[in-house]
Amino acid sequence: MWDYLKLAGLGLVAVCAAIAANYAHDLAYQVNALTVMLAAGIAFLWVLRGAGDPKPNLQHEYFDGVVRAGAIATAFWGAVGFLVGVVIALQLAFPQLNFEFLQGYGNFGRLRPLHTSAVIFAFGGNALIMSSFYIVQRTSAARLFGGNLGWFVFWGWQLVIVLAATGYVLGATQSKEYAEPVWYVDILITVVWVAFLIAFMGTLLKRKEPHIYVANWFLLSMILTVAMLHLVNNAAIPVSIFGSAQVQLYSGVQDAMVQWWYGHNAVGFFLTAGFLGMMYYFVPKQVERPVFSYKLSIIHFWALIFLYIWAGPHHLHYTALPDWASTLGMVFSVILWMPSWGGMINGLMTLSGAWDKLRTDPIIRMMVVSIGFYGMSTFEGPMMSIKAVNSLSHYTDWTIGHVHSGALGWNGMITFGVLYYLVPRLWNREGLYSLKLVSWHFWLATIGIVLYASAMWVTGIMEGLMWREVDANGFLVNAFADTVAAKFPMYVVRALGGLLFLTGALIMCWNLWMTVRAQPVKASQHSAVPAE
Amino acid sequence: MAFLDKHKAIETHATLLMVLSLLVVTIGGIVQIVPLFYLENTIEKVEGMRPYTPLELAGQQVYMREGCYGCHSQMIRPMRDEVERYGHYSLAAESMYDRPFLWGSKRTGPDLARVGGRYSDEWHQDHFTNAKSVVPESVMPPYGFLANNIIDGKYIQDVVATHRMTGVPYSDEMVENALADFTAQADPLGDASGLEERYGEAAFGNPVNVRNFDGQPELTEMDALIAYMQVLGTMVDFSTFTPVANR
Repeated sequence: MWDYLKLAGLGLVAVCAAIAANYAHDLAYQVNALTVMLAAGIAFLWVLRGAGDPKPNLQHEYFDGVVRAGAIATAFWGAVGFLVGVVIALQLAFPQLNFEFLQGYGNFGRLRPLHTSAVIFAFGGNALIMSSFYIVQRTSAARLFGGNLGWFVFWGWQLVIVLAATGYVLGATQSKEYAEPVWYVDILITVVWVAFLIAFMGTLLKRKEPHIYVANWFLLSMILTVAMLHLVNNAAIPVSIFGSAQVQLYSGVQDAMVQWWYGHNAVGFFLTAGFLGMMYYFVPKQVERPVFSYKLSIIHFWALIFLYIWAGPHHLHYTALPDWASTLGMVFSVILWMPSWGGMINGLMTLSGAWDKLRTDPIIRMMVVSIGFYGMSTFEGPMMSIKAVNSLSHYTDWTIGHVHSGALGWNGMITFGVLYYLVPRLWNREGLYSLKLVSWHFWLATIGIVLYASAMWVTGIMEGLMWREVDANGFLVNAFADTVAAKFPMYVVRALGGLLFLTGALIMCWNLWMTVRAQPVKASQHSAVPAE
Repeated sequence: MAFLDKHKAIETHATLLMVLSLLVVTIGGIVQIVPLFYLENTIEKVEGMRPYTPLELAGQQVYMREGCYGCHSQMIRPMRDEVERYGHYSLAAESMYDRPFLWGSKRTGPDLARVGGRYSDEWHQDHFTNAKSVVPESVMPPYGFLANNIIDGKYIQDVVATHRMTGVPYSDEMVENALADFTAQADPLGDASGLEERYGEAAFGNPVNVRNFDGQPELTEMDALIAYMQVLGTMVDFSTFTPVANR
């Protein structure tokens, strides 16, 4: 019966999408509608082939198929996101790469959201969904709730990525940074995210372990907060149900505040709380030591989620946002330094008594460097949120450098560590194909990040100083164009740093692929054993 | 640490954990966002702000579609160098009709909040087609293709009507005549009196820019984008503006 309901639903979606494509007002909408039609059609055929088949009872096994798919998707989207990043970095250094014959489709302005979304939501999002599903099952000693709901979340998220990415290139965007997807993609995101919450929460509710492990606190608060942020920030009225254009519900100063409340907490919850959940599970696992301090994790958790949400207005210092709001944002950003470092200490000190493993295990090295970068960027962030510093750093490349030391260093490195941990276990292989390649990846990525971040510090502080430089008579010394020209060498260094980071990620993909293909199989142990 | 021992109740009840963490994360947003909709002095009262004309609105859509906000800010801060370089600092009122706001966060290129009237239409045509022809150091991508994209304003009335739905004070006549105003603004030989009457000097204090912005006979996206560029930062009359100290 359920199968037939699914068939009816998918068929309806395919037909509606076909009708929508027919009436489309713009190209992006039309291509998106055709993509939805295709996706619903494939899903229809898939369900049809299996309709009425007896369903095996798998309740005693972990649902790891979706985690395996998530691992592949994470590595794939990571490589894509980094590649687009290198391309747009080169476009800034060599603007000829904005090819005239592409008629704008390949211009920096359209590729930049492709890069940010691919890295944050495709690479980071898949990493989060994959590890949430892995962690919540292991720590609850229960199979993922909701039957195939996990697959719906996985494929729904991939569809979101494809729709958003093709949309940007073809010109569909709501032009809010890190929330560029247009209204119908936003609706799909909401549906998928609610399914994610149900799968996660359902598993927690049927857990066999009385305690909810700390990693799950962070993951749960991430899912909830991102849902809240997404719904409020994307409130808009579509111009037509057959077009991608829309009008935001808030305007000007209010919209700016809502946007950066969202934007900063996309960092705070998506890229921090969620990834801290990964840290709290995988670092103790790889190191084979318990989390350093249980009490610190309680304080860390509540302080972090309470304080982070206040930090948004530090993106709007000295703008038309009222002073009281931006001062509040600054104060809370500085306070936020404490719980952030509490988390860093809790992660790093988990290695107590096992520091020698740093010499032999490049995966631990990766995780430790990632926590190090987390500490560094959570110090840099509060510093940049101080108004006096921000008056120099705002609008400059310094911000870009800060974001990347967090994204490449913290999110990237911890995800690589997790992938190296997970792939041999998920595919039942005897360890990784090559630890030497992991070392190569580690060094390429680390050197890449250092080049990137230092290039951006130099250009950022330089352009900030050049903009404000006045001569003895009070006249501006530099034209804006002078600062653009002065940044060229550092833009090349930045692109080189990105290239090194990308090369490292490609080596990882090869290593993981060979692990699955060439490593001997280990004896299976998939059943749901007590919490591990 | 007896107090922390009580945490066990939260750790063993998933629903309690969910409810409490949701409560904790809502507080900051409520305190910072909600007052902005109620406090009178959030947006200062100024003369001259008017809703964008249909053509300017179409230009803003091009600006958003091409991701211009990724490299250009529209928010001048009150520092000496910024005021010197770009003009009077931006007021909250100046973006009250921007949905979404387009303040930006990065200046790979210069701020555009007051770019209106600063350069000629011809300069903009050259600059969009090949930025290096007028600014040799520029790293801006080419936008010459905009001059080939002919637009007919088929859906412009829907766009204006949707803006009105969200609260932008477009009048009934403005919505009804959206298409006529859209074409009239880029046609110096046509009759733009209706457009001028609705958006111009009599109603808001400044005349509407009516001319052939892209220098071609057809109405293109280049017309719309230049019309949008040329109105940015030109609406408020700063001779009558007095800043409020307590913002």
